[in-house]
Amino acid sequence: MRKVAILQFPGTNCDLDTKYAFEKMGLRTSIIWHKETTIEDDVDLVVVAGGFSYGDYLRSGAIARFSPIMETVKTYASNGGKVLGICNGFQILTEARLLEGALKRNENLHFISRYQTLRVENNSNVFLSSCEKGEVLNIPIAHADGNYYIDDEGLKTLEENEQILLRYCDENGDNLNVNGSVSSIAGICNKEKTIFGLMPHPERAIEDILGSEDGVKMLKGLLSL
Amino acid sequence: MIAIVNVFLKEGVLDPQGKAVHHALDTMKFEGVEDVRIGKQIIIKLSETSKAKAIEEVTKMAEDILANTVIENYTIEIVE
Repeated sequence: MRKVAILQFPGTNCDLDTKYAFEKMGLRTSIIWHKETTIEDDVDLVVVAGGFSYGDYLRSGAIARFSPIMETVKTYASNGGKVLGICNGFQILTEARLLEGALKRNENLHFISRYQTLRVENNSNVFLSSCEKGEVLNIPIAHADGNYYIDDEGLKTLEENEQILLRYCDENGDNLNVNGSVSSIAGICNKEKTIFGLMPHPERAIEDILGSEDGVKMLKGLLSL
Repeated sequence: MIAIVNVFLKEGVLDPQGKAVHHALDTMKFEGVEDVRIGKQIIIKLSETSKAKAIEEVTKMAEDILANTVIENYTIEIVE
Protein backbone atom coordinates (compact mmCIF):
# COMPACT_ATOMS: atom_id res chain seq x y z
CA MET A 1 0.00 0.00 0.00
CA ARG A 2 1.44 3.32 -1.04
CA LYS A 3 -1.19 5.92 -0.24
CA VAL A 4 -4.82 6.29 0.88
CA ALA A 5 -6.91 9.09 -0.65
CA ILE A 6 -9.87 10.24 1.42
CA LEU A 7 -12.76 12.05 -0.27
CA GLN A 8 -14.18 15.17 1.30
CA PHE A 9 -17.61 16.51 0.32
CA PRO A 10 -19.41 19.46 1.93
CA GLY A 11 -20.78 17.85 5.10
CA THR A 12 -18.25 15.01 5.33
CA ASN A 13 -17.12 14.86 8.96
CA CYS A 14 -15.16 11.62 9.32
CA ASP A 15 -12.39 12.57 6.89
CA LEU A 16 -9.90 13.58 9.58
CA ASP A 17 -10.68 10.58 11.81
CA THR A 18 -10.15 8.33 8.80
CA LYS A 19 -6.89 10.10 7.97
CA TYR A 20 -5.75 9.72 11.60
CA ALA A 21 -6.62 6.01 11.61
CA PHE A 22 -4.70 5.20 8.45
CA GLU A 23 -1.73 7.33 9.49
CA LYS A 24 -1.66 5.57 12.86
CA MET A 25 -1.29 2.37 10.87
CA GLY A 26 1.75 3.89 9.19
CA LEU A 27 0.21 4.84 5.86
CA ARG A 28 0.47 8.02 3.85
CA THR A 29 -2.81 9.81 3.17
CA SER A 30 -4.21 12.68 1.16
CA ILE A 31 -7.57 14.40 1.29
CA ILE A 32 -9.34 15.04 -2.01
CA TRP A 33 -11.91 17.84 -2.16
CA HIS A 34 -14.98 16.75 -4.11
CA LYS A 35 -14.50 19.36 -6.84
CA GLU A 36 -11.16 17.92 -7.83
CA THR A 37 -11.04 15.49 -10.73
CA THR A 38 -7.76 13.66 -10.28
CA ILE A 39 -6.64 10.79 -8.10
CA GLU A 40 -2.85 10.63 -7.83
CA ASP A 41 -1.06 7.69 -9.44
CA ASP A 42 0.34 6.37 -6.17
CA VAL A 43 -3.08 5.98 -4.54
CA ASP A 44 -3.87 2.33 -3.76
CA LEU A 45 -7.12 2.94 -1.90
CA VAL A 46 -9.84 5.59 -2.16
CA VAL A 47 -11.94 6.00 0.98
CA VAL A 48 -15.32 7.69 0.82
CA ALA A 49 -15.50 8.89 4.42
CA GLY A 50 -18.56 9.20 6.61
CA GLY A 51 -20.62 12.25 7.49
CA PHE A 52 -23.60 14.04 6.06
CA SER A 53 -22.64 15.02 2.54
CA TYR A 54 -24.92 17.81 1.31
CA GLY A 55 -26.83 17.58 4.59
CA ASP A 56 -28.35 14.25 3.48
CA TYR A 57 -30.76 16.36 1.39
CA LEU A 58 -33.07 14.42 -0.94
CA ARG A 59 -31.52 11.08 0.14
CA SER A 60 -28.25 10.28 1.89
CA GLY A 61 -25.53 10.32 -0.75
CA ALA A 62 -27.87 11.25 -3.61
CA ILE A 63 -26.28 14.60 -4.38
CA ALA A 64 -22.65 13.73 -3.58
CA ARG A 65 -22.65 11.07 -6.28
CA PHE A 66 -22.80 13.87 -8.87
CA SER A 67 -19.73 15.68 -7.53
CA PRO A 68 -16.90 15.97 -10.08
CA ILE A 69 -14.58 13.59 -8.19
CA MET A 70 -17.12 10.76 -8.47
CA GLU A 71 -16.60 10.40 -12.22
CA THR A 72 -12.89 9.94 -11.51
CA VAL A 73 -13.69 7.42 -8.76
CA LYS A 74 -15.84 5.45 -11.23
CA THR A 75 -12.99 5.31 -13.73
CA TYR A 76 -10.51 4.43 -10.97
CA ALA A 77 -12.81 1.61 -9.80
CA SER A 78 -13.49 0.31 -13.30
CA ASN A 79 -9.73 -0.10 -13.73
CA GLY A 80 -9.65 -2.31 -10.64
CA GLY A 81 -8.81 0.44 -8.14
CA LYS A 82 -9.88 -0.34 -4.57
CA VAL A 83 -12.61 1.80 -2.98
CA LEU A 84 -13.90 1.72 0.61
CA GLY A 85 -17.10 3.56 1.61
CA ILE A 86 -17.80 4.03 5.31
CA CYS A 87 -21.32 4.99 6.47
CA ASN A 88 -22.26 7.98 4.30
CA GLY A 89 -19.54 6.71 1.95
CA PHE A 90 -21.46 3.42 1.66
CA GLN A 91 -24.63 5.40 0.91
CA ILE A 92 -22.81 7.41 -1.77
CA LEU A 93 -21.45 4.22 -3.39
CA THR A 94 -24.92 2.65 -3.57
CA GLU A 95 -26.41 5.88 -4.96
CA ALA A 96 -23.62 5.90 -7.57
CA ARG A 97 -24.54 2.25 -8.35
CA LEU A 98 -20.98 1.18 -7.61
CA LEU A 99 -22.49 -1.14 -5.01
CA GLU A 100 -25.83 -2.93 -5.21
CA GLY A 101 -28.91 -2.18 -3.11
CA ALA A 102 -29.87 0.96 -1.22
CA LEU A 103 -29.85 2.34 2.32
CA LYS A 104 -33.08 3.68 3.73
CA ARG A 105 -34.33 5.06 7.04
CA ASN A 106 -33.76 2.80 10.07
CA GLU A 107 -36.81 0.71 10.81
CA ASN A 108 -37.29 2.30 14.26
CA LEU A 109 -36.69 5.78 12.76
CA HIS A 110 -33.99 6.49 15.36
CA PHE A 111 -30.47 7.74 14.79
CA ILE A 112 -28.53 4.83 16.27
CA SER A 113 -25.14 5.71 17.77
CA ARG A 114 -23.37 3.05 19.82
CA TYR A 115 -20.83 0.26 19.81
CA GLN A 116 -22.21 -2.70 17.89
CA THR A 117 -21.01 -6.26 17.48
CA LEU A 118 -20.61 -7.49 13.89
CA ARG A 119 -19.92 -10.91 12.46
CA VAL A 120 -17.40 -11.37 9.65
CA GLU A 121 -19.28 -13.23 6.92
CA ASN A 122 -16.59 -13.59 4.30
CA ASN A 123 -12.86 -12.98 4.32
CA SER A 124 -12.14 -13.98 0.73
CA ASN A 125 -11.50 -10.32 0.00
CA VAL A 126 -8.59 -7.99 0.72
CA PHE A 127 -10.59 -5.79 3.10
CA LEU A 128 -11.39 -8.49 5.66
CA SER A 129 -8.45 -10.75 4.84
CA SER A 130 -6.95 -10.27 8.31
CA CYS A 131 -10.19 -11.34 10.04
CA GLU A 132 -11.49 -14.84 10.64
CA LYS A 133 -14.77 -15.93 9.09
CA GLY A 134 -17.37 -15.89 11.87
CA GLU A 135 -15.23 -13.61 14.03
CA VAL A 136 -17.19 -11.07 16.11
CA LEU A 137 -15.90 -7.49 16.03
CA ASN A 138 -16.95 -4.54 18.16
CA ILE A 139 -17.22 -1.38 16.05
CA PRO A 140 -19.30 1.80 16.49
CA ILE A 141 -22.31 2.51 14.31
CA ALA A 142 -23.81 6.01 13.94
CA HIS A 143 -26.55 6.36 11.36
CA ALA A 144 -30.21 7.14 10.67
CA ASP A 145 -30.23 5.65 7.17
CA GLY A 146 -28.51 2.31 7.57
CA ASN A 147 -31.42 0.05 6.72
CA TYR A 148 -29.95 -1.93 3.84
CA TYR A 149 -32.37 -3.02 1.13
CA ILE A 150 -31.89 -5.41 -1.74
CA ASP A 151 -34.49 -7.60 -3.46
CA ASP A 152 -34.57 -11.39 -2.97
CA GLU A 153 -32.79 -12.12 -6.22
CA GLY A 154 -30.06 -9.59 -5.41
CA LEU A 155 -29.61 -11.07 -1.95
CA LYS A 156 -29.17 -14.52 -3.42
CA THR A 157 -26.48 -13.23 -5.77
CA LEU A 158 -24.67 -11.47 -2.92
CA GLU A 159 -24.66 -14.70 -0.93
CA GLU A 160 -23.52 -16.87 -3.83
CA ASN A 161 -20.65 -14.56 -4.72
CA GLU A 162 -19.53 -14.12 -1.09
CA GLN A 163 -20.25 -10.40 -1.35
CA ILE A 164 -21.70 -10.05 2.13
CA LEU A 165 -18.89 -8.74 4.32
CA LEU A 166 -20.53 -8.18 7.71
CA ARG A 167 -23.79 -8.80 9.53
CA TYR A 168 -25.04 -7.18 12.74
CA CYS A 169 -25.01 -9.69 15.58
CA ASP A 170 -25.15 -10.02 19.35
CA GLU A 171 -22.10 -10.73 21.52
CA ASN A 172 -22.41 -14.46 20.80
CA GLY A 173 -22.39 -13.92 17.07
CA ASP A 174 -26.09 -14.59 16.52
CA ASN A 175 -27.92 -12.36 14.05
CA LEU A 176 -29.30 -9.18 15.60
CA ASN A 177 -31.21 -6.86 13.33
CA VAL A 178 -30.46 -3.38 14.66
CA ASN A 179 -31.92 -1.21 11.90
CA GLY A 180 -34.19 -3.33 9.70
CA SER A 181 -31.53 -4.27 7.16
CA VAL A 182 -32.35 -7.16 4.83
CA SER A 183 -30.66 -10.25 6.28
CA SER A 184 -29.00 -8.07 9.01
CA ILE A 185 -26.45 -6.88 6.44
CA ALA A 186 -23.93 -4.29 7.68
CA GLY A 187 -21.50 -4.31 4.76
CA ILE A 188 -21.08 -5.67 1.24
CA CYS A 189 -18.65 -5.58 -1.66
CA ASN A 190 -19.01 -5.74 -5.43
CA LYS A 191 -18.71 -8.99 -7.34
CA GLU A 192 -15.06 -8.32 -8.21
CA LYS A 193 -14.31 -7.68 -4.50
CA THR A 194 -12.66 -4.34 -5.21
CA ILE A 195 -15.32 -1.95 -3.86
CA PHE A 196 -16.35 -2.23 -0.21
CA GLY A 197 -19.14 -0.51 1.71
CA LEU A 198 -20.15 -0.72 5.36
CA MET A 199 -22.27 1.28 7.78
CA PRO A 200 -20.05 0.76 10.90
CA HIS A 201 -17.07 3.06 11.53
CA PRO A 202 -13.80 1.09 11.83
CA GLU A 203 -11.88 4.39 11.99
CA ARG A 204 -13.55 5.07 15.34
CA ALA A 205 -12.31 1.81 16.87
CA ILE A 206 -8.55 2.10 16.71
CA GLU A 207 -7.65 2.77 20.33
CA ASP A 208 -8.46 0.61 23.33
CA ILE A 209 -8.95 3.68 25.51
CA LEU A 210 -11.88 4.65 23.29
CA GLY A 211 -13.54 1.25 23.63
CA SER A 212 -12.15 -1.01 20.92
CA GLU A 213 -9.22 -1.66 18.63
CA ASP A 214 -11.17 -3.93 16.33
CA GLY A 215 -11.17 -1.27 13.61
CA VAL A 216 -7.42 -1.79 13.22
CA LYS A 217 -7.95 -5.51 12.78
CA MET A 218 -10.51 -4.74 10.09
CA LEU A 219 -8.50 -2.14 8.19
CA LYS A 220 -5.22 -4.06 8.49
CA GLY A 221 -6.13 -6.28 5.55
CA LEU A 222 -5.92 -3.25 3.29
CA LEU A 223 -2.22 -2.81 4.14
CA SER A 224 -1.47 -5.66 1.75
CA LEU A 225 -2.68 -3.61 -1.23
CA MET B 1 -44.81 25.22 -16.56
CA ILE B 2 -44.72 23.42 -13.26
CA ALA B 3 -43.91 19.75 -12.78
CA ILE B 4 -44.91 17.95 -9.62
CA VAL B 5 -42.89 14.85 -8.91
CA ASN B 6 -44.11 12.47 -6.21
CA VAL B 7 -41.60 9.94 -4.94
CA PHE B 8 -42.64 6.94 -2.85
CA LEU B 9 -41.02 3.76 -1.62
CA LYS B 10 -42.01 0.84 -3.86
CA GLU B 11 -44.69 -1.61 -2.83
CA GLY B 12 -42.97 -4.34 -0.89
CA VAL B 13 -40.26 -2.03 0.46
CA LEU B 14 -41.11 -1.39 4.10
CA ASP B 15 -41.86 2.28 4.78
CA PRO B 16 -40.89 2.82 8.46
CA GLN B 17 -42.30 6.37 8.56
CA GLY B 18 -45.61 5.30 7.04
CA LYS B 19 -45.78 2.45 9.54
CA ALA B 20 -45.18 4.83 12.49
CA VAL B 21 -47.89 7.22 11.30
CA HIS B 22 -50.27 4.31 10.70
CA HIS B 23 -49.66 3.21 14.28
CA ALA B 24 -50.33 6.77 15.53
CA LEU B 25 -53.60 6.96 13.57
CA ASP B 26 -54.69 3.66 15.11
CA THR B 27 -53.82 4.97 18.56
CA MET B 28 -55.91 8.07 17.85
CA LYS B 29 -58.86 5.75 17.12
CA PHE B 30 -59.15 6.65 13.43
CA GLU B 31 -60.84 3.59 12.05
CA GLY B 32 -60.45 1.84 8.73
CA VAL B 33 -56.89 2.97 7.96
CA GLU B 34 -55.49 0.12 5.88
CA ASP B 35 -52.11 1.48 4.89
CA VAL B 36 -50.06 4.68 5.13
CA ARG B 37 -47.17 5.50 2.81
CA ILE B 38 -45.01 8.59 3.20
CA GLY B 39 -43.23 10.06 0.23
CA LYS B 40 -41.91 13.38 -0.89
CA GLN B 41 -43.14 15.92 -3.37
CA ILE B 42 -40.73 17.90 -5.52
CA ILE B 43 -42.11 20.93 -7.35
CA ILE B 44 -40.10 22.07 -10.33
CA LYS B 45 -40.72 25.30 -12.21
CA LEU B 46 -39.67 25.01 -15.85
CA SER B 47 -39.22 27.50 -18.67
CA GLU B 48 -40.25 24.76 -21.13
CA THR B 49 -43.60 25.38 -22.87
CA SER B 50 -44.10 21.98 -24.49
CA LYS B 51 -45.74 19.53 -22.13
CA ALA B 52 -44.26 16.52 -23.93
CA LYS B 53 -40.75 17.93 -23.69
CA ALA B 54 -41.28 18.85 -20.04
CA ILE B 55 -42.35 15.30 -19.21
CA GLU B 56 -39.36 13.91 -21.07
CA GLU B 57 -36.96 16.20 -19.20
CA VAL B 58 -38.49 15.64 -15.77
CA THR B 59 -38.54 11.87 -16.33
CA LYS B 60 -34.80 12.03 -16.87
CA MET B 61 -34.41 14.09 -13.67
CA ALA B 62 -36.47 11.54 -11.75
CA GLU B 63 -34.47 8.58 -13.09
CA ASP B 64 -31.10 10.25 -12.52
CA ILE B 65 -31.49 11.87 -9.12
CA LEU B 66 -34.97 12.63 -7.78
CA ALA B 67 -35.80 8.98 -7.13
CA ASN B 68 -33.60 6.03 -6.26
CA THR B 69 -35.28 3.47 -8.49
CA VAL B 70 -33.78 0.61 -6.50
CA ILE B 71 -36.30 1.38 -3.73
CA GLU B 72 -38.57 4.16 -5.02
CA ASN B 73 -41.24 4.78 -7.65
CA TYR B 74 -42.25 8.19 -8.92
CA THR B 75 -45.12 9.93 -10.66
CA ILE B 76 -44.96 13.12 -12.69
CA GLU B 77 -47.79 15.60 -13.05
CA ILE B 78 -47.55 18.71 -15.22
CA VAL B 79 -49.67 21.65 -14.12
CA GLU B 80 -50.26 25.11 -15.67
